Amino acid sequence: MQYLLMIYQNEVEYAKNDVATSQKMLAEYQAFTQSIVQSGNFKAGDRLQPTTTATTVRVREGKTLTTDGPFAETREQLGGYYLIEAKDLNAAIEIAARIPSARIGSIEVRPIWVYDK
Amino acid sequence: MTPGEIDKIFRDEAGRALATLIRLVGDFDLAEDALQDAFAVALERWVCEVPDNPRAWLVNVAKHKAIDRIRRQTIFRGKQQALVHELELNALGPNEPTATLDDDMLRLIFTCCHPAFAPEVQVALTLRTVCGLSTAQVARAFLISEEAMAQRLVRAKQKIRLAGIPYEVPEREMLAPRLDGVLAVIYLVFTEGYVATEGADLMRPDLATEAIRLGRLLNRLMPDRAGITGLLALMLLHDARRAGRQTPAGDIVLLEEQDRSLWDRAQIEEGLRLVEHALRVQGRPQPYAVQAAIAALHTRAPSFEATDWPQIAGLYEVLLRINPSPVIELNHAAALSMVDGPARALDLVDAIAARGGLRGYELLPAVRADLLRRLGRKAEAREAYRAATEATQLEPLRRLYARRMREME
Repeated sequence: MQYLLMIYQNEVEYAKNDVATSQKMLAEYQAFTQSIVQSGNFKAGDRLQPTTTATTVRVREGKTLTTDGPFAETREQLGGYYLIEAKDLNAAIEIAARIPSARIGSIEVRPIWVYDK
Repeated sequence: MTPGEIDKIFRDEAGRALATLIRLVGDFDLAEDALQDAFAVALERWVCEVPDNPRAWLVNVAKHKAIDRIRRQTIFRGKQQALVHELELNALGPNEPTATLDDDMLRLIFTCCHPAFAPEVQVALTLRTVCGLSTAQVARAFLISEEAMAQRLVRAKQKIRLAGIPYEVPEREMLAPRLDGVLAVIYLVFTEGYVATEGADLMRPDLATEAIRLGRLLNRLMPDRAGITGLLALMLLHDARRAGRQTPAGDIVLLEEQDRSLWDRAQIEEGLRLVEHALRVQGRPQPYAVQAAIAALHTRAPSFEATDWPQIAGLYEVLLRINPSPVIELNHAAALSMVDGPARALDLVDAIAARGGLRGYELLPAVRADLLRRLGRKAEAREAYRAATEATQLEPLRRLYARRMREME
């Protein structure tokens, strides 16, 4: 099965990290990504720019409305994601728990919708 | 055989039959529907003759009903044909080893108690599928409508399928934390049966009975685990006092007022044997086993006064070391009041309250009220009883506090 692992954390707090902490985190992310590439679970993954760069788009009565900022103001923000292939939810949870940000923020694990052929 | 007797056999066997069926057909809903079909056939056929092995019969008939159901679906997908094929290959012989069937039951329990479900969903799924309660019965346990419960169960089973929750017993390193989750579900069912959260009745014996049934089952499937044995002992010992805990009119009889001859001696003996066993198992002491040891001291005591309070207070100190929580601290303080007197205990209780750890815990004002009453500080006691009355939704508790306030006049 495929799962999207969405990484949520408080981006304001995270931005306060000093250089050494940020570099350590980056190294941990590289090691983690490497490990799931090697194990064959990795499908895709990216880090996102902070929500200050976000634009939200809606189309109402044919008109495109854009607003500055994310869809919803929350305490933790979506900061990145991995798309993985895993045997079942237990395997997906095990991988999600190894994402470095799981220790400071939270990881939402969502199965990918599969359409019947 | 009467339909009532058939229904009873079905209740006894449904959980285990379902557990095996889910493994065979790989789908909760299909397995449940097929088992219902099989039950309908049983109601007709068993009137004349009950099969030697009702569970194997149910699984076998249900399996064929599941194949029929798949075939009846008009669109034949390759996948389903493969499933039918597999089902036919997997045909369960009447002599499938008991070990496999036991494994199925464990798979079902661990799947229902998967931490991806909210605790109340785990409880509902367990009562519905493992215990075989009807959706209406589960809804009653939660005091919600049958419709709302049906929806909750449908969503849960959808999540099993769509999120890929595996039908398996967790492996080594995950087993211990997942087992703790299973025990928490069983204990949650029990405590609701022991003292209900709200309503007219103090106890809901049907839930306590289901929890004990689950505890026995798990204790048999996974023997020599102190946590399981301890929990079963704890439930048996608490439940053994059932007949003494309320008047025929449904009023609470406090431990110090209970007629100890009403306690179920046979169940106490069983509980005591299990506590001893749980405490002997190697490894660090398990919280449920220690709680059971406390319950054992209560049931062994000839009277409230002659209870071994110092040892009970000591066991609460053990609990505080292995599993610290403000609720345990409160219990410890209450036990200590019988050793060092209510004044010292009240200091402890007020210290716990000041730290804010028990904010919203409804028994906190009740414990305070009792200590103040025993200290003769009537005005403060009355105020605490009023707070305790506000905090509970359970009618018998409200009547108990009213009685205490009357007694102080």
